[in-house]
Amino acid sequence: MKGRPDSLSPEVEEHPVVLEVESVTHFFGNLRAVHNFDIVLRHGELVGLIGPNGAGKTTVFNLITGVYRASKGSIRFRGAELVGLPSHEIIQMGIARTFQNIRLFSDLSVLDNVRIAYHPHAGYNLLDSVLRTPRFYEKEAEMTRRAQEFLDIFGLVERQNDIAGSLPYGLQRRLEIARALAAQPRLLILDEPAAGMNPQEIDQLLDLINFIRDRFNLTILLVEHRMRLVMNVCEWITVMDFGEVIARGLPEEVRSNPGVVEAYLGRQAVVLR
Amino acid sequence: MGNTTLEGSRVSKRLGPGLYFLLGALAFFLLVQVLLMLGVINNFWRGIIFWGAAITIVALGLNLIYGFNGQFSLGQYGFYAIGAYASADITYRWTREDPSALVVVLLGVLLVLLFYIAVNALLRRFYGITVMTRFTAYLLATILAFFIAVRFLLPITGSLVWNMLNLLPKAISQQVVFFLALVGGAALAGIASFLFGIPVLELGSDYFGISTLGFTIIIKVLLDNTDTILPFAEMKGARGMVGIPRWTTWPWVFFSLVLVILIMRNLLHSSVGRSIVSVREDERAAQLVGIDVAYAKILAFVVGSVFAGLAGGIRAHDLAFLHPQSFNFIQSFNPLIIVIFGGLSSMTGTVVTGFLWIVLLEGALRLWLPQGFETWRFVVYPLILLLMMLLRPEGLFGKYEIGFLRQSLPAPWKKPEDTHEEASSVEPAKTRTSKEVAG
Repeated sequence: MKGRPDSLSPEVEEHPVVLEVESVTHFFGNLRAVHNFDIVLRHGELVGLIGPNGAGKTTVFNLITGVYRASKGSIRFRGAELVGLPSHEIIQMGIARTFQNIRLFSDLSVLDNVRIAYHPHAGYNLLDSVLRTPRFYEKEAEMTRRAQEFLDIFGLVERQNDIAGSLPYGLQRRLEIARALAAQPRLLILDEPAAGMNPQEIDQLLDLINFIRDRFNLTILLVEHRMRLVMNVCEWITVMDFGEVIARGLPEEVRSNPGVVEAYLGRQAVVLR
Repeated sequence: MGNTTLEGSRVSKRLGPGLYFLLGALAFFLLVQVLLMLGVINNFWRGIIFWGAAITIVALGLNLIYGFNGQFSLGQYGFYAIGAYASADITYRWTREDPSALVVVLLGVLLVLLFYIAVNALLRRFYGITVMTRFTAYLLATILAFFIAVRFLLPITGSLVWNMLNLLPKAISQQVVFFLALVGGAALAGIASFLFGIPVLELGSDYFGISTLGFTIIIKVLLDNTDTILPFAEMKGARGMVGIPRWTTWPWVFFSLVLVILIMRNLLHSSVGRSIVSVREDERAAQLVGIDVAYAKILAFVVGSVFAGLAGGIRAHDLAFLHPQSFNFIQSFNPLIIVIFGGLSSMTGTVVTGFLWIVLLEGALRLWLPQGFETWRFVVYPLILLLMMLLRPEGLFGKYEIGFLRQSLPAPWKKPEDTHEEASSVEPAKTRTSKEVAG
């Protein structure tokens, strides 16, 4: 199938398709950042997207989440076309993402960061909040309770009143993931979650990723530089270079693919091998 | 027995801030009312207090837009002017036995709302509509609504409204008309800000600021020419509008202010309010947790501008004289200075500074400084401003709020056991220190 490696077990291929990106091309002015990109994710998969700097990985993420509008091609999420929809509607359909450089609401409390992500599911409207109807109090309390439960899962509940910007880096990343998951997405996109982390923090992150995947029954797409992380957690990997897919396959296949080694280390390295 | 006192203290803790606010506000209201009736507060100081309240309302609206939503607006005096002139025109014509302004504004506003709902439903069906298309659709809807109001609804309903309102005793009908005039002025300001906000709020904050400055200038120029290029002879252009009934009384001023504070507080301490604040914090991040950023911006801008329009109506009916010069773009820096002086995103700070500003600059200093030295006020206050920025850049109150304005309390009728939310409220003192640590 297009957008998937051939070497996957037939059992996996029976899962329903969650995300289907089909020959997407995107230009920045005259620069072709992404060219004919395909990827198909099935339910419950954890897929890695790797490539050297400037390969177009983050652009792909931005195209999926509607930050940019794809110049060509189609992106479907559980059957619905995403190209042309505004970001917030795409997110509300069940896609969540984190950022390469952490983007929290850093002046707000940890609790509020999560409660903001619940906003689309608040269950009361503007009039309820201005008039303070019983529904407001009920839904607001429910929202707070759910946010606290959520923070509890991520071990952040004792720090719920702290200002998000004052948390240590590892916890900020954790909070960002918690915030992304608060709206109960079906697909989670992690953009270089290990950027700026030390090996110990990366180990914790690995545990966290495995944990949320089991706990929330998610499909995860992961962009990452750190080979160790990608090779360890991803079921299969797509490699990009200069906006195009250069390889696709299981981690061990990708690792030994000469094209990938060339892209990462240069032609010389291939010769030396 | 001990249980009841414990429960009692819990109840007072839950209701405390709200109760104190209520009592404090009531005491303040009665105090001023009594002093006014005894004549201790003379006409000069009465004007100062009313003016202070009006400015405070404008500044609160700006704080919502700038302090909480992060959009730097210099246009608030434009909306203030729209509210002032529109409501003044309604009552001016009414007192001259002409209900046309009242009917056109109110029915026009109602029609506009209906049309907006229709346009919104229509635009929702299409994807990828550009901002300018959206703007054009809403603008056409507005023009059509007012055209229908003037051309078709006015001839039918004009005399009906006049006769019906005059069935009431004169004192009451006058208050009703004043109320409707304030509502109409505020609604017009809201519509103007909505139309203006659609294309312009897409811009980043600084660019938005410049555009709103342009808006204020446009309004000022239009007001200068109300009797030439606009068909409002009674506004008398640059000569200033006279003959506005002096209907603003202390209860009107006070309850408008309290209403504005309540609406703003309830709005901010809700999910909608948090979405507004999240846009200030990080627009992109807000968008990608599913917040409709454009909606949050428009909402804050329109609510803030409705406040400005309301303040305009109050001010116009106290001063009984309107001049375009008082809505100059230079003036539109006043609410900005008040908001920054009081502390961005502190309602308490804005209220205190708003009153202080007028009481000191227009009241006390004007009286205390010797004859011919009034101009020195405008040397003194910029100096204070400079010192302020150097010594306390976060403003007088920083992010401090009095208890009532601080948090969303659990429902007053709830059992004291459910203290979830009290625990979750962020203490402002803590807020500041942890922020300093982070910085």
